[in-house]
Amino acid sequence: MDKLAELGSDVARLWAGNYAAYLNGMWSTISLAVICTLVGCLIGFLCGILQTIPCAKTDNIIKRFLVGLLRVLIRIYVEVFRGTPMILQAVFIFYGLPYFSNNGLRFDSVWLAAFTVVSINTGAYMAESVRGGILSIDPGQTEGAKAIGMTHFQTMLYVILPQALRNIMPQIGNNFIINLKDTAIMFIIGFTEFFAVHKAVAGRTFMYFPSATIEMIGYLLMTLVSSFLLRWWEKKMDGSDSFDLATSDTLAHTSGMVRFRKGKNVSGIGNLNLDKNERGR
Amino acid sequence: MNESILEVSHLGKTFGENVVLRDIDFSVRTGDVTSIIGASGSGKSTLLRCTNLLEIPTSGQILYHGTDISSKGFSIPAYRAKVGMVFQSFNLFANLTVLENCMIGQRKVLHRDRITAEKTAKEYLDKVGMAPYINAKPRQISGGQKQRVAIARALSMEPEALLFDEPTSALDPQMVGEVLDVIKTLVRDGLTMIVVTHEMAFARDVSNRVVFMKDGVICEEGPPGQIFGNPEKQETQEFLSRFFDR
Repeated sequence: MDKLAELGSDVARLWAGNYAAYLNGMWSTISLAVICTLVGCLIGFLCGILQTIPCAKTDNIIKRFLVGLLRVLIRIYVEVFRGTPMILQAVFIFYGLPYFSNNGLRFDSVWLAAFTVVSINTGAYMAESVRGGILSIDPGQTEGAKAIGMTHFQTMLYVILPQALRNIMPQIGNNFIINLKDTAIMFIIGFTEFFAVHKAVAGRTFMYFPSATIEMIGYLLMTLVSSFLLRWWEKKMDGSDSFDLATSDTLAHTSGMVRFRKGKNVSGIGNLNLDKNERGR
Repeated sequence: MNESILEVSHLGKTFGENVVLRDIDFSVRTGDVTSIIGASGSGKSTLLRCTNLLEIPTSGQILYHGTDISSKGFSIPAYRAKVGMVFQSFNLFANLTVLENCMIGQRKVLHRDRITAEKTAKEYLDKVGMAPYINAKPRQISGGQKQRVAIARALSMEPEALLFDEPTSALDPQMVGEVLDVIKTLVRDGLTMIVVTHEMAFARDVSNRVVFMKDGVICEEGPPGQIFGNPEKQETQEFLSRFFDR
């Protein structure tokens, strides 16, 4: 009990003296995670659309070659960035580029380097999640869209991806929370986020354990709030369970509400927890 | 003599080693209501799906107003917008409301403006008796209602012909009735359609031509009076006796 009390007072003292630095670090962490997750999603969706371009044996040779090449490139991208540690990717991009190009190519901003590494990395995971999301949609939806004359891109944009997005929301949440924590390794290229603040403060004050406690609480706080917001957002995406019944004049409004019990609208999520544990680094 | 919209000749389809369709010839003229009947697995649905290229035929030719639909420069999406399809499993877009389901094709494929698209959609939804449900999502309505919306969605594209792929097979008897009633009003309006169906009474009373398929070939075809009253082929007699002796 004494130890806990001591830790408590140390933490309070440390926080009082350095809260600005900690808050700054948290802000860097959150902004990097938010932006990189969004960009990663965009990359993932782009890969998802490109990967599913239909290509029959009857198509001409140039189209088949281009589609094949595209698939191979995306495959390589996914395998390389999913298959190597993000910490090494950061090192290669930040230190490796100037080294190999005799300083011709380099990142002047650490933020930009960190942003690039985390976005590309998230994109590689999202590419697979989106592919899974697209596979989870009933092929009948594609046929329905084709049957009224939609092209592949229209079908994807207006019918498949909106549904796939809903189905992979839990995955996007996963990626976001992983990014919140994993941006910590960007200290390797000198990016000052939440964890780097800990190293700085602990080095200066020699209060290693109290600082680590602040970090723990800080990270948990960030992830808990994120989880809550993500759940809320998912609920919002599902829309209302009831709908307005239009009166005989369909341009006029409601004649009452029809209520339905929460349905099975989120089917297909169950089999999508594929890489839940894959990203533990 | 009415102009023929579709001319199918020597159509064949194989899935790997499996021959599903062999040497199919038939044509559809404006105003025709053709029923395709036959046992499950006889290739009825595949024939329909080949007709609008959801399956690519392995051999043969399909002419649309005299143009080969596999020729270069022929726009398949534009063709599909003209020859609509209604599915056994409805395939309504789950992310859109009933009204949006009927508008999206008009907006994105036919490039109609929002007001025209909405007006047309409501008109057809009213026709199938689904006007009150425009704000509902597909998951909130019943099977029969879904199929009626699917029909309205196809009609909103103002197609030349509609293909129905067993439109009532996933429905209970009461819902079958409500969907068939809708289809009958379309027949009265003179819409050209091909209906793959197991509803023999419907095929007999509503269509003006019946095609009986067996093992991937057209076994017998003719006016319903002939097919149901006095079938020539023994296979047709056997198939129909199983239906009417129940």
